[in-house]
Amino acid sequence: MSTETLPPKERSGTPLFTSGDWTLKDLEAIHDAVTEVGVGELGLELYRNRIEVISSEQMLDAYASLGLPHMYRHWSFGKHFAHQEMLYRKGQTSLALEMIVNSNPSVCYLMEENNATAQTTVLAHAAMGHNHFFRNNQTFQEWTDADTILDYAEFVRNYVARCEDEYGQKAVERTLDAAHALQEQGIDRLSPAHRRTVEEEHQRVLERRRYQRETELELWRVVAHHEPPTGPGDTDDEALQRSLTLPEENLLLFLEKQAPNLKPWQRELLRIVRTLSTYFEPQRQTKMMNEGCACWCHFTIMSRLREQGRLTDGAMLEFMHLHSSVVAQPPFDHRGFSGINPYALGFAICQDIERICNEPDEEDREWFPDFAGNGAPLATLKRAWSDFRDESFVRQFLSPRVIRDFRLFRLDDDPGAEYLTVGAIHDERGYRRVRSALAAQYDPGESRPLIEVTDADLRGSRELRIRHTVRRGRTLDALEARRTLRHLGFLWGYPVVLDEVDETSGKTVATHREDPA
Amino acid sequence: MDVIVDRRQQPKGKNLGNRQRFVRRAREQIRGAIRENLKNRGITDAERGETVSIPRDDVHEPRFVPDPRAGRREHVLPGNREFVEGDRIARPEGGGGGSGAEGSPEGEGEDAFTFQLSRDEFLDLFFEDLELPDLVKTRVASQTSTVRQRAGFTTDGPPVRMNLERTMRHSMARRVALRRPTQTAIEALEHELEQLRSGAITPADGRSAATRIAEIEDQLARARERRTRVPFIDPIDLRYSFFDSVPRPVTQAVMFCLMDVSASMDEDMKDLAKRFFMLLHLFLVRQYERVEVVFIRHTQQAEEVDEETFFHDRLTGGTIVSSAFEEMLRIVKDRFPIEDWNLYLAQASDGDDWREDLPRCVELLDQRVLPICQYGAYVEVARNSAVGQDPLAGNPSALWKAYDAIADRHAHFARRSIARPADIYPVFRDLFHRAGIES
Repeated sequence: MSTETLPPKERSGTPLFTSGDWTLKDLEAIHDAVTEVGVGELGLELYRNRIEVISSEQMLDAYASLGLPHMYRHWSFGKHFAHQEMLYRKGQTSLALEMIVNSNPSVCYLMEENNATAQTTVLAHAAMGHNHFFRNNQTFQEWTDADTILDYAEFVRNYVARCEDEYGQKAVERTLDAAHALQEQGIDRLSPAHRRTVEEEHQRVLERRRYQRETELELWRVVAHHEPPTGPGDTDDEALQRSLTLPEENLLLFLEKQAPNLKPWQRELLRIVRTLSTYFEPQRQTKMMNEGCACWCHFTIMSRLREQGRLTDGAMLEFMHLHSSVVAQPPFDHRGFSGINPYALGFAICQDIERICNEPDEEDREWFPDFAGNGAPLATLKRAWSDFRDESFVRQFLSPRVIRDFRLFRLDDDPGAEYLTVGAIHDERGYRRVRSALAAQYDPGESRPLIEVTDADLRGSRELRIRHTVRRGRTLDALEARRTLRHLGFLWGYPVVLDEVDETSGKTVATHREDPA
Repeated sequence: MDVIVDRRQQPKGKNLGNRQRFVRRAREQIRGAIRENLKNRGITDAERGETVSIPRDDVHEPRFVPDPRAGRREHVLPGNREFVEGDRIARPEGGGGGSGAEGSPEGEGEDAFTFQLSRDEFLDLFFEDLELPDLVKTRVASQTSTVRQRAGFTTDGPPVRMNLERTMRHSMARRVALRRPTQTAIEALEHELEQLRSGAITPADGRSAATRIAEIEDQLARARERRTRVPFIDPIDLRYSFFDSVPRPVTQAVMFCLMDVSASMDEDMKDLAKRFFMLLHLFLVRQYERVEVVFIRHTQQAEEVDEETFFHDRLTGGTIVSSAFEEMLRIVKDRFPIEDWNLYLAQASDGDDWREDLPRCVELLDQRVLPICQYGAYVEVARNSAVGQDPLAGNPSALWKAYDAIADRHAHFARRSIARPADIYPVFRDLFHRAGIES
C-alpha cells in the first residue's frame, strides 16, 4: 500500500453557486467539479453517469418501480405507490433526495425540488459514491450484470404486456402474485446462472414457443395414427428424481423447470421474477456499506470543494445540516427509532477506518494490526468497499470506538424467559460479542428462513414436499406460511407439504399442507 | 462522457396503470371502507377525496417469514445509557420479541393498509355503489353561466378596450421621467423671445439682448426636438382593461333535510337517508355557488340540529310530521328570504305519523312549503324486511297515502321508497328528471 498525497489546500476557486437556484448549466458545472474531486483526486472508478432531472411525481414513480426506468405492470407496485404517495402528501415522510440504478450507464435521478447544495451533495453521494460501489463491489460484480439490466427490464415490460394481451391480465397477475410470494426463495445463491443477453433471451423465448407448438403437433400425430403413447416407464422414476438434484434451495427455479402443468409463458414469468430478485439481492446484502461508502464520498468531496473555495459558507452550513440529519442515529428508546440507520453506521465505520489509517491509538493497533497507521485510508476503504458485504464488513471493521460512540448493546430474547436480558454492552467484555451479533443480524443466511424442496413425487400423487430447517427454535409465522403455500400450490398444481424440521434434533415441529382446489 | 438529461417535461404518472390495478383489485374492500366511512362523513364532505384503510387480506403479499414470537434471538440496538451486562428488562407490551429491530423489510405490520383515494376515485366508487351512471358529473359540470369581470389591466388588447386613464397615467409618468418639456414651458420661452425681439424687454442680468436671443433660440430648438423624441403617448404606455370569465354567483341554495328520528328509524334507515342527502348535496354543490344545509329532526316536536345530532343522537317520542314543516318555514322566514334563495326540501321518514296530524301536514306541504321550494322529495325509508317490495303494492304508510293528492298537484314533488343503496339513485334521478333536466 502506498502513501497517498492530496494536493495542498488552496481556497482560490470561485463558488459554484451563490443561491439555492440552479440551471442545467449550473448542474453541469457542479457535476464537473464533483467529478474532478471524485475521479481526479479520490480515484473513484465509475460507470458512465446518466443524470436525469425529475419531478417529485416522477420520483414517486421511480420508487414504486423499484428504481428501474422500466418495469412490468402489477398491482403491488400500485399499492406501494399509493402508500408512499399518501405518506409524502401528508408530510409524514420526505422523498429520498436521490435514487440511482445499478446499471451501465448508471441512471441517477435528481429531484427538481432540491436546491443547489442538495444537488451537489446528491451528485457526490450517488453519482460518485454509489456508482463506485456498484462498479467495484464483488457482490454486485458476481450477481448482477449492469450492462444488460436496462435492456432486460425493457424486455420484461414488453414481454409481460404481450402475455397480458394474449392470456389475459388476470391470468398473468395470478402467476405473478404467486411468483412474488416466493421471490425470496428465488435467488440464485450458490451459482448465479449464466445470464443471457437480451438477444439470447429473445431467442430462448422463440425456442420455447417452437417447442410448445411441436409438442402439440406430436400429440396430433399420435392421436391420428392411434399409436400407443410412448413415455418413460416406472423404472425411470429413480433417474428422474436424481435429475431434479434435490434438495433444491431455489424454489422458483425448481418450479420453472419441474412444475408439471405450467404453460411456457408462466415459466418465463417465474424466470423473470427470479432474475429480478437476484438482481436486487446484492443491494439488500450491502445496504449499510453502500450507504456508508456514498456518505463518506459526499462528505469528503463536499469538504474538498469547500477547501477549494467552491462552496460558500452558507452552502457549507446547509450541507452540514443535511448531512447530519441523514447520518443521525436515534437511540432505541426514541420515538423516531426504526432500527439501526444504515447511513449512520456505514458512514461512522468508513470515517473510523480513515482515522485508524491516519491516527491510530493503542486499541486500534491491537484490533486492526493489518491497516492501523498505514497512512493509506483511500486504498484501505476501497479494498473494504470492493471485497465485503454488510455481514463481513461489520465482522472486519466495526471498531470498539464505533461501538462506544453508538452505545451498542445486545439484547437477548429467549421466549422461555420472563425477561429480556442484556447480553453485552460497549465494554471490554462486550465488543466482540456485540460485533458478532450485529454481523449475524446482517447475514442473510442467519436472518432468512432456509427453505428447500426435498421431494417431488412425479409419478404418483405428484405431491411436493418442502422443508424449513428450524434454527434455534425460529419457526415460521404459521398464517403467513399457509398463505404463501397457497401460492406455491397454485404454481405446482398438486398438493404441497411444508415440514418444519428442527436443525439439531431432526424432529418435525410443524407441518403445513395445501391442496389446490 | 456523463450526460445530464432534463426529464421533467416527460410524462409522469407512469404508475397510474399500477395504481388503477391496485384500486381495482382492492375494490371490494375499498367499497366496504367507504361504506364504513360514510357513517363518520359529513354530508358536505362528499366531494373530498378520502383516506381509506382497508384490511390487508386481499392486497397482502405473503412471504415465508419467521414467527417473531418463536425462538431465541439477539438484537443489537444503539443508545444504551444505563444497562450493564446481565440486566433484565421487562418485555415490552404486546410481545413481538424485543424491539422488532429486524422487522420485515417493507416495515409492514399487522395494521391495515392506508392510502389516499383521489376525489375522482372516491366519487367513482361512491356512485358505483349507488348504481349511478356517469351522468351527474357530466351534466352538472356544464351548467354554470359565467359573467365577464374586470381583472386588472394588460399591455395588449383590442382598441375598444383601451383604458384611457391608465394609459395617460403611464404616459405622464414617462414624460416626467424623461423630462419632456411641457407646452407651457415652450410658450413661455416663445413669449420671452418675441418680447426680446420687439425690444419690449431686455435681459435683467445686463447681457445684450442678442446673446439672450441666441440662448433662447437654442433652448427652444432643443426643447422642440426633445418633444418630438419623447412622444406624448408611446406604445409602451398603452393599457387595456382585462376581463376574465368568472362563474356567475347566480344563486344560492338551501337544502332542508327533514327527518323523523323517532325510535322506529333504525341506524340502517338513517344511513340510507344520509346517502340520499349526500347525493342531493353533491348535486346542489355543482349547481350552485353556495349551498347551505339545514338539518331538522322531529319527533312530536321539531328542532334544528347539527349534522352529528341529526344522524347519531337517539331521541324517542311520538311523531308529528307537521312540526318539521313549521320549523322549516320559521327558519326560511328568519334566514333565507325566498327571493334570494333556492329552497330544496328532502324529507326522510318511515312513514309513520300521528293520524290527527296528517291533514295539517298535507295542508302545510301543499299550501305553504311546496310553493316556495324548487324541488321537494319525500323519501320513505323502508324497513329491511321490505326489500324488493313495491311500497305502492303493499300496505302504503299513512303518510304515503296522505301525499297522494299532493303528488298529483305538484310536478316538482317526488316521493319514492328506498330500501337499499341501489334504490337511491333512481329516486334522485326521478326527482331531477321531472324538473326538466335531461338525464
